Amino acid sequence: MKLYIAKNEGAVGKRIALDDMILTKDLPTAAGSRMLDGYMSLFDATVVEKAMAAGYAIDGKLNVGEFGIDLMGETSYYGAIATDGHLVSAAAAAIEDGATAVLSLDVNGAPRRAAAQSGTVCVKPTYGTVSRFGTVPAACSGECVAVTAGTAADCEALLDVVAGYDAKDGTSLPDALRGEAKPIRRVAVLTALTDGVDAETVARIEAAKAALSKNGIEVAKIDGGELIAARVAWNILMSAELCNNVSRYDGIKYGYRTPSYKTIDELYTNSRTEAFGAFLKTVILFGSETLSTDTYMKVYDQALRVRRVLVEYFKSLFETVDAVLLPACSTCAYEENVDPELAFTENLYTAPASVTGLPAVVFGGVQLIGDAFSDKALLQLADLCEKEGK
Amino acid sequence: MKYETVIGLEVHIEMATESKIFCSCSAKFGAEQNEHVCPACCGMPGMLPVVNRHVVDLGMNAGMMLNCHINRTTTFDKKSYYYPDLPSSYQTTQWFAPVAVNGTVTIETANGKKDIRIKQIHMEEDAGKLVHDDWTDTTLVDFNRTSVPLIEIVSQPDLSSAEEVVAYLERLRSLLRFAKVSECRMEQGSMRCDVNLSVRPEGSDKLGVRTEMKNMNSLSAIVRAIEYETARHIDALENGTEELVQETRRWDDIKGKSFAMRNKETAGDYRYFPDPNVMPVVIDDAWYDSIKASLPEFPEVKRARYIDAYGLSEYDADMLTQSRALCDCFEAAYAECKNAKEAANWLISDCMNILNKSQKTADQLTLDGKALGELILLVLDGKVGRGNAKKILIAMFDEKLDPAKYAEEQGFIVSNDTGAIEAIVKTVVAADPKSVADYKNGKEKALMALFGKCMRELKGNCDPQVLQKLLKDTIDSL
Ligand SMILES: [Zn+2]
Repeated sequence: MKLYIAKNEGAVGKRIALDDMILTKDLPTAAGSRMLDGYMSLFDATVVEKAMAAGYAIDGKLNVGEFGIDLMGETSYYGAIATDGHLVSAAAAAIEDGATAVLSLDVNGAPRRAAAQSGTVCVKPTYGTVSRFGTVPAACSGECVAVTAGTAADCEALLDVVAGYDAKDGTSLPDALRGEAKPIRRVAVLTALTDGVDAETVARIEAAKAALSKNGIEVAKIDGGELIAARVAWNILMSAELCNNVSRYDGIKYGYRTPSYKTIDELYTNSRTEAFGAFLKTVILFGSETLSTDTYMKVYDQALRVRRVLVEYFKSLFETVDAVLLPACSTCAYEENVDPELAFTENLYTAPASVTGLPAVVFGGVQLIGDAFSDKALLQLADLCEKEGK
Repeated sequence: MKYETVIGLEVHIEMATESKIFCSCSAKFGAEQNEHVCPACCGMPGMLPVVNRHVVDLGMNAGMMLNCHINRTTTFDKKSYYYPDLPSSYQTTQWFAPVAVNGTVTIETANGKKDIRIKQIHMEEDAGKLVHDDWTDTTLVDFNRTSVPLIEIVSQPDLSSAEEVVAYLERLRSLLRFAKVSECRMEQGSMRCDVNLSVRPEGSDKLGVRTEMKNMNSLSAIVRAIEYETARHIDALENGTEELVQETRRWDDIKGKSFAMRNKETAGDYRYFPDPNVMPVVIDDAWYDSIKASLPEFPEVKRARYIDAYGLSEYDADMLTQSRALCDCFEAAYAECKNAKEAANWLISDCMNILNKSQKTADQLTLDGKALGELILLVLDGKVGRGNAKKILIAMFDEKLDPAKYAEEQGFIVSNDTGAIEAIVKTVVAADPKSVADYKNGKEKALMALFGKCMRELKGNCDPQVLQKLLKDTIDSL
């Protein structure tokens, strides 16, 4: 087990840890891949600069699955993240170790799933509100820098620090849009996504409903079966973007280069064959296929259409409710040696927020998705429910 | 049977921007290898593209110059392929919604005028350059050109001869230089083109098998390549010398032949998709109108105006309208001095001489036209002699200055003090009795010698007519 890829032993004061998708000048960033083993960035990510300017010390870099795609971190070049049976995420381990909070790149929902399974709080903010400058690109159209902490208050404190317009990120949104958090009064449980989860997860959903009601929140029920399509659309978009983003790792400029090549084609092929893991190769091949001329209109273009339909679907949903409640995973129990392909099925719960760019907060093992820019309102609601639980 | 050639061109033009398309690196030509690079244009992870607005300005500008429809929402897409000079293994280009579509360019050849339809103009980033080091037998990469902004102008297959292709390229060059989109220098690679060519029986409406020659960067090579390919296609059709296949060919200008490129170099699926990191660029009315308002007159419209309204000779009008910089300077100088002939002369002879001496082209003229007009007025008003005015002009090329103030500082202002002039004339005449005698004996040249000596003594600051009269009067009174 390797939790920290690189630990900054000198960190004192308010410490935060970063997952290995966030680039730092002073610590290596490998994105869980042999391809970038020992890679030193020439610059810090904007979120790192902001956190340090606000007085946070960088505790170290946490292990991630290769390029942040899988849900459990089991595809990391440095070994699966958790093996000791009770700590199910590197973020949770870092928090137990004394870190105030953790910043990670939420590519496919891994930070949210880890928070749900380890009992921590995680916010995946509204797309465009936290700069992605300086994060290793995987699936740029949906990935966001997420904050994980022991409490909703700690999450909100760090989110306040790292959020904000960044001219270095072309998708960054103006600060004015973030505005004041509108309180959440009505929450709908998505029943279509709650069917089929384990008993423990059902119990957590019930507990969350009870906590919400006690806080005067009206709790309704809707089917929400439309959102099942989010997973399929996101798998296509994510794989295609990932395939394109990792094509820069060709053994020419930096990163791993094979010792055995005679031609440029062998240099490319052998470097990538030797450095990339099996699951990543599956994703690359799938992504490449979705973008090929023959399938683009049938597959990729359809996924883009589904994304637009889902954005509209949420828009109409938010005319009657302020947030939706759903699980973040189908099981709360951590299993060892899971099949990495679960990344393409278990993201049923995380893909709706990834594909639409909406904010999601995981607390008490469940997930709330709110309207764009409701990040703080969701965290404040999580804070109330947490206190209820104590 | 008679055949006709059908040619379509894809012309790549590097835009005249200070910085690259998605990062702030310099886009200037001629730096040391890998001097103009940063993590973004080297394809390092974590950098995000931020569109250089000026690139969109120039893309619109080019579109309007070529009578295109401007897409008010224009998007960027990724084109994937592996090559060591492409650091991120994708090129950001415009595939789904290019900045400009459906235009026309009118060309003129010996056969008269013809409209060439433009299919589209899209913006994209250039790739780097591979340099082979024979000494160590290694290939090195220079990323200076990666992400330098390009526009690609795609024509419809409306061209039918090498002559038309040359006329078309020269017309594009003239229009885009006028619009300050690019210097369009083929020798520096800032303008290059891919030639798509096919041959069919005259009058047929079916296109023949098309071949493409990539990266042509000299007009003469393009002419030779088109002539060679046309003959090769006709030979294949007439005599069955070979079977024509749709392919990319490389033109070898030294051998004077085209060669099929290995299939591997050309085959491939570029897997285009919208770049999620570049938001669609929305061109609102204010932006659109500001570019529309900044468009220059077409060169031939200017030329006609210079002749009709300013009374310039055809020669002068031709010379000036070769370069937008010359035209701008001329118009500003004319606005100040109201003497078109003088302004044209100063630019065409004196200014061009100065530029030539420093090996610069007319497009590189940075002279302030208003100041040139002021200088011309100083001469026309008899305040500064022509010789001194030329010295002032040279100084004006080095720094921005006020000609009147500079003339005063340098002691170039013509004296109106006839007493002082007379005194100098008397001294000069007294010191050179031989010239005086020669002049009196009918040698006009002797008077010129005396005149020259006086002018030197006066440092040129004297109205030549006043001096001439005083000199004659002085000698006559002897
Ligand atoms: Zn750069």
